[in-house]
Amino acid sequence: MSRILASLALLAALALPALAVEPNERLADPVLEGRARTLSKGLRCMVCQNESIDESGADLARDVRVKLRERLTAGDTDEAAVRFIVDRYGKFVLLNPPIEPATYVLWFSPVVILGVATGGILAAIRRRKAAATPPPPLDAAEQARLAALMQESDS
Amino acid sequence: MIIELGHFALILALGVAIVQSVVPVMGAARNNHAWMAVARPAALAQFVLVAGAMAALTYAYVTSDFTVINVIENSHTDKPLLYKVTGVWGNHEGSMLLWVFILAICSAAVALFSSNLPRALRARVLAVQGMISVGFLLFILFTSNPFLRIFDPPQNGHGLNPVLQDPGLAFHPPFLYLGYVGFSVSFAFAVAALIEGRVDAAWARWVRPWALASWCALTIGIALGSWWAYYTLGWGGWWFWDPVENASFMPWLVGTALIHSAIVVEKRDTLKSWTILLAILTFSLSLVGTFLVRSGVLTSVHAFAVDPARGTFILLLLLVAIGGSLSLYAVRAPALQSGGVFAPISREGALVLNNILLTSAAATVFLGTLYPLFLDAVGGPKITVGPPYFDKTFGPIMVPVMIAMAGGPMLAWKRGDLLGAAQRLWAAFAIALIVTLGCLYATYGGPVLAVLGLGLAAFTAMGALIEWTDRLKLFRIPLRDSLRRAVNLPRSAYGMMFAHLGLAISAAGIAASAFSVERIEVVKLGGTLEIGGYTMHLSKVDQIPGPNYVAEDATIDIMRNGALVWIAHPQRRFFTVQQQTTSLTAIRSSLLADLYVAIGESDGQGGWTIRAYYKPLISWTWLGALIMAGGGIVSLSDRRWRVGAASRSRAAAAAQPAA
Repeated sequence: MSRILASLALLAALALPALAVEPNERLADPVLEGRARTLSKGLRCMVCQNESIDESGADLARDVRVKLRERLTAGDTDEAAVRFIVDRYGKFVLLNPPIEPATYVLWFSPVVILGVATGGILAAIRRRKAAATPPPPLDAAEQARLAALMQESDS
Repeated sequence: MIIELGHFALILALGVAIVQSVVPVMGAARNNHAWMAVARPAALAQFVLVAGAMAALTYAYVTSDFTVINVIENSHTDKPLLYKVTGVWGNHEGSMLLWVFILAICSAAVALFSSNLPRALRARVLAVQGMISVGFLLFILFTSNPFLRIFDPPQNGHGLNPVLQDPGLAFHPPFLYLGYVGFSVSFAFAVAALIEGRVDAAWARWVRPWALASWCALTIGIALGSWWAYYTLGWGGWWFWDPVENASFMPWLVGTALIHSAIVVEKRDTLKSWTILLAILTFSLSLVGTFLVRSGVLTSVHAFAVDPARGTFILLLLLVAIGGSLSLYAVRAPALQSGGVFAPISREGALVLNNILLTSAAATVFLGTLYPLFLDAVGGPKITVGPPYFDKTFGPIMVPVMIAMAGGPMLAWKRGDLLGAAQRLWAAFAIALIVTLGCLYATYGGPVLAVLGLGLAAFTAMGALIEWTDRLKLFRIPLRDSLRRAVNLPRSAYGMMFAHLGLAISAAGIAASAFSVERIEVVKLGGTLEIGGYTMHLSKVDQIPGPNYVAEDATIDIMRNGALVWIAHPQRRFFTVQQQTTSLTAIRSSLLADLYVAIGESDGQGGWTIRAYYKPLISWTWLGALIMAGGGIVSLSDRRWRVGAASRSRAAAAAQPAA
């Protein structure tokens, strides 16, 4: 009887969407649990749209959360635990894409865009200023010619 | 019958739009007044026709006409009336119709209130609006028609996605679209100016209010969406750098740059070609945003192929609109006469800096949103670009933006004095330092970056206030004179102050979210949970029937120091038609902190998962956005925009002295 009840409860749990981290998944050790929370915020739920496993209610996300905690409890470092997940699901799970040739454009473009834009604008301002500088004053010969012309028009 | 009338009206609107986009431009090119004059009645007729189509679809929803496929797929007789109406735009086809409807409203407004605009410019602006309309109407009629009927109608519809049955999300799309589509007016003005080869202060004076109004609507739309996520998702998140959010955020960023750079065109007659480019980019990003969300391409490149007709059409439309306008820009922009020169350190310089930073920020968001798609399309590895990327790239760009926001308005036009500006800001430095040290002390051992963010927000807020008090000469002249100055200060000055203040307030709310406290526990009936100095006591959980759902309603008494302060009623709603559950959180908001409770599922043994959060200053995030939009509205009410107001009051003054 209790087995039937238990399986019924399990069925009910599967039918209703769970919300993010559930109390029963958590580790007793607060330090370990804290590390698990931080790590799971950086791992993507593979079947959701843009949700971390920490936020997601999907079953798969729950499985990864539990797996991650198992690794941490087993004594893995943060890096080792994440590597364990990445080895199984691929780099796709990393919400923070690693810096590697395929992501150079992604990571370095913001700096390049800022630099190019600033340089371009500064150059444009300087160019415009140069174009707008008043012409140099007249030299002696030009002064004499101007005086002559003025006299001509006066007479 | 009414459905067919709506359908027919939409087809007629397409015909009118074609006329509106062809005849006036030809008239303007040949200086034929009669042809140019077609623009105005065409725009008004289009408004009437599209409004008719919109009304017909709304009628179908309100009367639950299940012979219309669109209504079957998105409505249900049990749905409350409000959501029957908002369900009209809660789906792809209807939202596209809403888009065109708002476009028609904008065109009609331009047509009605543009009598003082040069004839040719008006004709061209309305013609460009007409072209946009043609594109969208073709898209609706050929790939996304909401008026298609079905023979042998079903008993009832599938209902609206429960997640959308919420006041916050019901009004989120109209505001968002008002913003997106409003920017089409600046775009039309930009394209018209490129055709004419002339941009002057009068042009900027026309464009800026439109851009500003659209920006306000977009600000409110984004804030509504984020607030909705906050209270509905059940764990307190409110911004996820989700592609759908980014799609609306990019036009906002570039639109913010646009409203600032238009000031320079208006006041200093320079930065013209840059402003034109921003107007084109803002609307292009609005188009990209509309379609990114609508085409399904974001889920995966392959989703694009599920409905090839739609996908191809969208690509074609983007190509023509964006490619066309940018080509026109490349050809005509160099011919634009640029006006005044300015030193790098000047008000213009600060606004240029703001433009560079905001567009770079938008480029970063664009890159982060589309890079995985791009990589996938060229056969690269599948990667995910999530919040950590945006925190690392977008975040740092915002720091100089906020510093420049405080310092920029202190600089004079043409040539500014950086040292002088810094001296005027000493009080802001001091207060920012006090805030930073105070928060550091209060949250010792907590996140330091968040404290620095609070300090920066305090600096920006103080900068906005100091700029204002300086203009009033507060404490330097008698208070009465300061008050008089406060009354006479132009509304646009107040607009800027409120907008900058609003951004600082938002930034403080965002920074403070790092201090949020979370408790997730299974609580037995009668049990308690402690958070942020409050005790939550789960007294009962009831089953309550709703109009189209069944709710589990928890009663949680919340006590502080033994005194009852609030009875929270978080719910889990099970929508019977869609077999979906949503959560209704209970939130007690105050300026200091939000107390946030959501109820999870039962453990089957008299216990319930309770998610409780204590979130300091979180409401400032949306309050700030509202103040920002309010600043925009205050600035819009400036009498300088009411064209002719100045000359009218002068005429009145001239008539007076005789008395």
